[in-house]
Amino acid sequence: MRLMGRDLVALLLFAGFAAVPLLANLLQDPFLLVIATRMLAFAIAAMGLDLVLGYGALVSFGHAAYLGIGAYAVTILMRLGVYDIGLHLLAGIAAAVVFAVGTGAVSLRTRGVYFIMITLAFSQMAYFFFVSFSALGGDDGASLPQRSTLFGHDLLENDLWLFWLALGLLIGLFLVCRAIVGSRFGRVLCGARENPQRMQAIGFVPFGYQLTAYVISGAITSIAGVLLANQAEFVSPALMNWHRSGELIVMVVLGGIGTLSGAIAGAVLALLLEETLAGFTQYWKLWFGLFLVGIVLFAPGGVQGLVARIKLQIGSRR
Amino acid sequence: MTNLFLLQLLNGAQLGVLLFLIAAGLTLIFGIMDFINLAHGVLYMVGAYVMASFAMLTGSFWLALGLTVPAMLICGLLLEFTVFRALYARSHLDQVLATFGLVLVISEGVKILWGSAPLTVPMPDLLSGSVGLIGPLKYPVYRLAILVVGLASALGLYVLITQTRIGMLLRAGASNREMVSALGVNVGRLFAMVFAFGAMLAGFAGAIVAPILSVDTGMGESVLILAFVVIVIGGIGSIRGAFMGALLVGVVDTMGRSFGPIVLRMIMEPAAAGQLGRTLAPMLVYILMAAILFARPAGLFGRRAE
Amino acid sequence: MKRMSFVIAALLASTSISALPALAEGVKVGLMFTLSGPAAALGEQGRNGFQLAVAQMGGLGGMPAEVVVVDDEQKPDIAANKARELVERDNVDFVVGPIFSNILMAIHKPVTDAGKFLISPNAGTSNFAGADCNPNFFVTSYQNDQSHQVMGAYAQSQGFQNVFLMAPNYQAGKDSLNGFKRSYTGGVVAEVFTPLGQLDFSAELAQIAAYQPDAVFTFMPGGMGVNLVKQYRQAGLENIPFLSAFTVDESTLPGQKDAALGFLAGANWAPDIDVPESKAFVAAYEAAYGAVPGSYAMQAYDAAQLIDSALRKVGGDMSNADALRSALEAAEFKSLRGKFAFGNNHYPIQNFYLTQAIKRDDGKYQTSIVQTIFEDYQDTYAADCKMK
Repeated sequence: MRLMGRDLVALLLFAGFAAVPLLANLLQDPFLLVIATRMLAFAIAAMGLDLVLGYGALVSFGHAAYLGIGAYAVTILMRLGVYDIGLHLLAGIAAAVVFAVGTGAVSLRTRGVYFIMITLAFSQMAYFFFVSFSALGGDDGASLPQRSTLFGHDLLENDLWLFWLALGLLIGLFLVCRAIVGSRFGRVLCGARENPQRMQAIGFVPFGYQLTAYVISGAITSIAGVLLANQAEFVSPALMNWHRSGELIVMVVLGGIGTLSGAIAGAVLALLLEETLAGFTQYWKLWFGLFLVGIVLFAPGGVQGLVARIKLQIGSRR
Repeated sequence: MTNLFLLQLLNGAQLGVLLFLIAAGLTLIFGIMDFINLAHGVLYMVGAYVMASFAMLTGSFWLALGLTVPAMLICGLLLEFTVFRALYARSHLDQVLATFGLVLVISEGVKILWGSAPLTVPMPDLLSGSVGLIGPLKYPVYRLAILVVGLASALGLYVLITQTRIGMLLRAGASNREMVSALGVNVGRLFAMVFAFGAMLAGFAGAIVAPILSVDTGMGESVLILAFVVIVIGGIGSIRGAFMGALLVGVVDTMGRSFGPIVLRMIMEPAAAGQLGRTLAPMLVYILMAAILFARPAGLFGRRAE
Repeated sequence: MKRMSFVIAALLASTSISALPALAEGVKVGLMFTLSGPAAALGEQGRNGFQLAVAQMGGLGGMPAEVVVVDDEQKPDIAANKARELVERDNVDFVVGPIFSNILMAIHKPVTDAGKFLISPNAGTSNFAGADCNPNFFVTSYQNDQSHQVMGAYAQSQGFQNVFLMAPNYQAGKDSLNGFKRSYTGGVVAEVFTPLGQLDFSAELAQIAAYQPDAVFTFMPGGMGVNLVKQYRQAGLENIPFLSAFTVDESTLPGQKDAALGFLAGANWAPDIDVPESKAFVAAYEAAYGAVPGSYAMQAYDAAQLIDSALRKVGGDMSNADALRSALEAAEFKSLRGKFAFGNNHYPIQNFYLTQAIKRDDGKYQTSIVQTIFEDYQDTYAADCKMK
C-alpha cells in the first residue's frame, strides 16, 4: 500500500491528538481532554460516514441514528448490569448492523434525493422510537450511573484513559477503513459510484457492495456513539436528531470527501470552530452557517481541496 | 366518535393544505432546477416573522398580509441572486450543505433581529370565532379559511401549470432544461421566477398560520421535514403529487395521532396501547413514505429520472 | 500540511486562554437557563431576576460576584455538556438553574459529582425530593407536583366529576398530572400526553370538544401554553373551565393577551402578593426590563438572596462545604413570598394560591391572587429523603 499524501495528513492529525494531554498539562486546562475526546468520537463517526458518502456517493442523511444506537446500547446494557466496554461496543455494533441491514435494504432501492430522504425518514423513526421509550427517559434522556469498565476496572472514569481509548479506536478504525478502501471491495464501491451500469456490465452487482459498505459505515458510527455516551455520561434521543446527521455531513465535506483523513480533519475543524466561535458570541451559529456557505461556494472539496488549490497556485507561480 | 373523526379529518386537511403551500414551491424548485433547498423551512418562518412585524406596524391583519406576500417575493429573488444562483450546477451534496448553512444563518439572523421570544399575530375579526358544524361540534372559522385558501391556491397553481405559457415553460424546463434553453428561453430568469414564487408560497403559508401558532424560531424545522416527506411521496417535480402527498400526510399524521391509540385499545390493553400509540404515531408518516418508496421508488407521480 | 496541524494546535491553545482564572476574592456563579427557542421567555425571566438581585445587592455575600450565563437551548445533552464546562473549566462555585425539569435531570449529576452546589430556581422533580435527594442540591421554587396539587384540590372543592387532563410528555408533565390526581379524586375522562414542544393542539382540542368535560386541567409552559390558550379560545371552548399551572402566567400572558383572561391557575406567588419586598421587586423589575415578572424571575431572585445570605453567614469562606451547606439550609433571607423555609430535602415549604389572569389598567397582563389554597405546604416526597 503506497503512502499517500492524505496518509500524511492522518499521521499529523494523530500526532496532534497525541500531543493534547501534554498541552492540557502545560496549560493547566484538563478540559482540553474533554473537548478532544468529543472530537475523536465525532471523527470516528465522520470517518464511518465518509465510507459511504465519499466512496460510495450515498448521501445518508440519517447517520446520526447510529450514534444513538451505540449510545443507547450502553444505556440498556448498564441497566441490565453489564458494564464492560468490550460488550458495549459489541452490542452497539450488532444493533447497528441489524438496523443498517434492514434500512439499507429498503433505502438502496432508491437513488439520489430519494435515498437522502429515506435515510432521513429511517433515522427519524429511530429518533421517535427512543423519544417514546419512557423507560429510558424518553425525550429527557438518561444519565449513566458511571462510565463503562475496561478489563473489569473503572479506568475510564479518568478522562485521560477515555481519551487514549478513543484515540486508539480512531487509529485502529482508520487502518481498517483504509484497508477496505484500498481493497478490491473498495474499488468496486468506487466503480459503482462512478458508473453503476458499467459495473453491472462487467459482472458486479452494486447493491451487495453498497449494502455492505452501508452496514460497515453504520457499525463504525455506532462505536462513536458508545464513546460519546461515556464521555458525556448522558444519553438522549437528541443525539439522533436530523440536525446531527447534517452536522456529520458537514464534517465530512469540510475536510474533503472521499479521503478518510479529511473526515477526521473535518470533525476537528467543525468542533474547533464551534468551541471558538461560541466563546466570542452567542450567535455563533450565524458565523458557522456563513462559513459553511462560504466553503461550498468558494472551497468545494473542503479544506483539503483548498490546500490542494493553494499548492497548485504556489506550484504554478514558480 | 364521528364528531371526533370529522374534526380530525378537517384538521388533517387543513394541515395538508398548509403543507401543500410549502411543498409546492419545494417540488417546483426541485423538479425544475434539480435543487435541494433545505432552507425552505426558514422561508416559511421568515414569512411568519415578517407578517408579525407588519401586523405590529400597521395594526391590520389584511394590510400586513398584503405587504408580506410581495416582501417574500423580493426576499426570494434576493436569495436566489446572491446564493442559490451559484449552486444550481453543483452536486446535491453541495446544495444540502449550502442550504443547511443558510438555515443556520437565517435562523440566527431572525433571532438577532426579532429576539428569541415568540411573537403573536392577531386574528382578523372577520375570521375569528367558530362555526357550528354538527351538534356541539364547532370549528374555528380561521382554519376553514386556511382550508379554502389552500384549495384555491392548489387550483390556481394547477391552472397556472397546465393552461398558461409560463406553466408550459416550467413543465418543459422540468423535463429538459437544456432543450428549453436552446429554444431561446432565458432559463436564468425562469429559475429566478420559480424560486421567488416558491419562496413567496412558503412565506405566505407562514404568514397565514401565524395567528393560530406562535411565531418562533423553531417553527420551520418540523414543517420542513414533513414538506420533504410530502414531495418524496408525491414525486419530485409534480404539483399534483405534492397536493396528493400533502393531503395524505396531513390526514395520516393527524388521524394517526388521535385515532391510533383508540384503534390499538381495541386490540390490546390500555397501557400498552397508549405506549405503542405514542411510539407509532409520529412514525406513521415516515412508515408511509418508506412503504410508498418501496413500491414506487420515484414517488406516486414522480418520473423515473436520473 | 504542516501548516494545518500548527493552526490546529494554536486554535486548541487559544480555547483554553479564554478561561480566565477565578478572582481570588469573590464568588463565581454559573447561570444555566433556556435562552433560546419557544421557552426563551422563561429563561430570560430567570436570568433577569438573578441579575437584578446581584445588581441591587452589589454582589453576593458582600463579595464581588462574577455571573456566567449559559444557554441550555432546552436540550438535555447540550445542557449536560455545558454544566460540565461550568464546573470543570469555568470553576464556578454555584450553578443556578435550570428552568426545565429534563434539563435538571441532565445537569444534576455533573454539578453535584463535582462537589458544587446546584440551586434550581424552577425545576423541582419528585425524584430529587425523595429517594435521590442530594446534599448539594437546593430548590428555591417548589416541588413540581405542588402547584398541580393546588388545582386538584380546587377541582375537588368545585365538585367536578369528569376532568380532561393534558400535559407534555416529559417528567414534569407526568409529575403535573400525578400531582393533580393526588388531591382530585373525581373522574378523569382522558389523560393526554402531547409531544414536548408541540404547538398545534387541534387534535387535542377536538377531543375536548367531543368529550365536553366539566373542566380541563393542563400544564403547558412557554410557547406551548401560548398556543394552547389561543387555540382553546378560538375553538370556542372557553365555557369549559380552563385550569392550569404554569400555562397562564407572566411568561405566556403577553402572548395570550385577552384569550387568557379569567383562566385559573395554581401558583406559589403572584405579582400582587401582599409582601413589601415583593412589591419593590415587581416595580424594580418592570423598570429595568419593561415586563411584568413571573414566578421564574421571583424564584431566581430568591436564589440570589439565598446564596447571599449563606455567604454572609459563613463570612465569605467557601472552603468549608458543610458550613456553607448549613448556611444554605438556614435560608435566612427575606423571600419575596413572605414565608419560606427548607424541608429536610432542601425543597421549600411555602403557601400556595389560586390565581386568575387579569388585565391591568396600564394594559399589561398579570396573574392575581384569588385565594390561599394551602399554607406551609410541604411536598409529599420529603419523607422518602434520607437527609435529616
